[in-house]
Amino acid sequence: MYPENFRYTKEHEWVLVEGDTGTVGITDHAQEELGDIVYVDLPKVGAHVEQGKSLGSVESVKAVSDVYSPVSGEVTEANQALADAPETLNSDPHGAGWLVKIRLSNAGEAESLMSAADYEKYVGAEK
Amino acid sequence: MITKVRNHISQNEPLLFERSSPGKKAYQLPELDVPGVDAGEALGAENVRPEIEGFPEVSEVEAIRHYTRLSTWNYAIDYGMYPLGSCTMKYNPRINELVARIEGLAWAHPYQPEALAQGSMEVMARLEAALAEITGMDALTLQPAAGAHGELTGILLIRALLEKRGNPRKKILIPDSAHGTNPASAAIAGYAVENVKSTETGLLDVSALERIVDEDVAALMVTNPNTLGVFEENIIPVAEILHAKGALLYMDGANMNALVGIARPGDFGVDVLHLNLHKTFSTPHGGGGPGAGPVAVKKVLEPFLPIPRLKRSGKKLTFDYKRKDSIGRVRAFYGNFGVLVRALAYILAHGGPGLRNATVDAVLNAVYIRKQLEPYFDLPYGSPNMHEVVFSDERQAKNGVRTGDIAKRLIDYGFHPYTVSFPLIVHGALMIEPTETEGKRELDQFIEAMISIAKEAESDPQLVKTAPHNARTSRVDEVGAARKPVVRWKP
Repeated sequence: MYPENFRYTKEHEWVLVEGDTGTVGITDHAQEELGDIVYVDLPKVGAHVEQGKSLGSVESVKAVSDVYSPVSGEVTEANQALADAPETLNSDPHGAGWLVKIRLSNAGEAESLMSAADYEKYVGAEK
Repeated sequence: MITKVRNHISQNEPLLFERSSPGKKAYQLPELDVPGVDAGEALGAENVRPEIEGFPEVSEVEAIRHYTRLSTWNYAIDYGMYPLGSCTMKYNPRINELVARIEGLAWAHPYQPEALAQGSMEVMARLEAALAEITGMDALTLQPAAGAHGELTGILLIRALLEKRGNPRKKILIPDSAHGTNPASAAIAGYAVENVKSTETGLLDVSALERIVDEDVAALMVTNPNTLGVFEENIIPVAEILHAKGALLYMDGANMNALVGIARPGDFGVDVLHLNLHKTFSTPHGGGGPGAGPVAVKKVLEPFLPIPRLKRSGKKLTFDYKRKDSIGRVRAFYGNFGVLVRALAYILAHGGPGLRNATVDAVLNAVYIRKQLEPYFDLPYGSPNMHEVVFSDERQAKNGVRTGDIAKRLIDYGFHPYTVSFPLIVHGALMIEPTETEGKRELDQFIEAMISIAKEAESDPQLVKTAPHNARTSRVDEVGAARKPVVRWKP
């Protein structure tokens, strides 16, 4: 269910670190809880984000929720396809539904986050 | 047993645009008895639209029937119970309407000279005094036009005071159970928002607050009773923690209908609060309003209140514009006057003991619903509730039935849905607020309907998941509407 090579936050975001770039998204559990997502608000390319601080928001029919950045750095790409097809976040949260790519300013940061196994346990306990 | 079934007329009504036929009209004017004026010449040709494309042309009876039919598709407090939690959909007594239609009040003009507006100004002055007494606060402005407008005004007052003291500070603390407008108001007033997590009993976490309140905190915005309908029993120590660090306590008065005549925010440490006249004081809501969100403050904030301020000088009332510390105007004239008249009528018709009774009945009704529905719905927070009760859909969700489905099914039973998925700290929330309006018979009908739906969720979940079935339209595609909104009709 949860890719082994991702790291996970308590706020239900994931990050995939490849070299000095982190790809960020929300977890399958998050999309399940939010319900049908209708709008995604992402930061501009070049924006600076910090670990644990809001980088944007996702809006479902129920509520608007902040997305907290799992890592710090500079936004190098935002997933523009989500503007026209926010439903991708529901159908493929760990793949095509990625939100932003970040050039990491602190390479070791993601290590403090949960592994797939820990996250699965965490989600299980939360239920 | 179901004792109430909705039986609704359901003609299909086309849009007025679709009814239109050229040349029809709903008015008749007398023959022109003065020389005609060419609009293009008088106003400049560029300012005249030759025609309004597709503007509907219908007869009077067609227009009347169209809107009357549409009105029968509506649900209103005058039809039945409207248990929207947090919204306080109480009955709007007809005496309010009678009073608001008194000629001198209904036809008063805001530019009337003060000498000829003393009656209207007296209405406002008495309302200010009554609201100050009810809330235990020192001064009020009636200007803000709605609750969120009151919030923004209140936060601007806090900013003005702190600026005067030398440092406006940086952030506003807001509990995770708050109304969504709170963080928005704080942000618009230029503050960063910091979320405060509630305890396991759904209350403010005093020890957490103690840790995070510092010299950067301008205020805490708290709703009391909170959105779970639970009284913040530690409100006095909370106020002390804030005050010790020079921060202020803002109270969102959305749930003031649980306190009127029983407890006064001014007595438990609140520095500024807004009231929703359209909730607590029975004036109409939303489109039938407009609203009104008066802001009440302690003496220390009084100099900053918006101009003008209503002032008594000798026997006369006057508007005072000369106030150097004022945050300025927040609204044209002095608020939504017609609404203010209705609120005063409500207060005077009830009197002190009557207002207190309304509060007691509102709480009694909500507690009754809680007790009756507790065996059927999950109650995530067990703390004693006041004027509203929040269940979760946890039990029904096991069969795939969520709070939104139960709400839609409630339409089939002839009730307006409760509030869905709010507050956010309850997963799958069903938020129910009966208000004092409802008698036991209506409450029992609602309870029967809810129990029946809980049983359906077990025996025939599909029935609930595809509701409503008895309404004029079946379930609408909310997701499609939000993802691909069509905001303009075109032929």
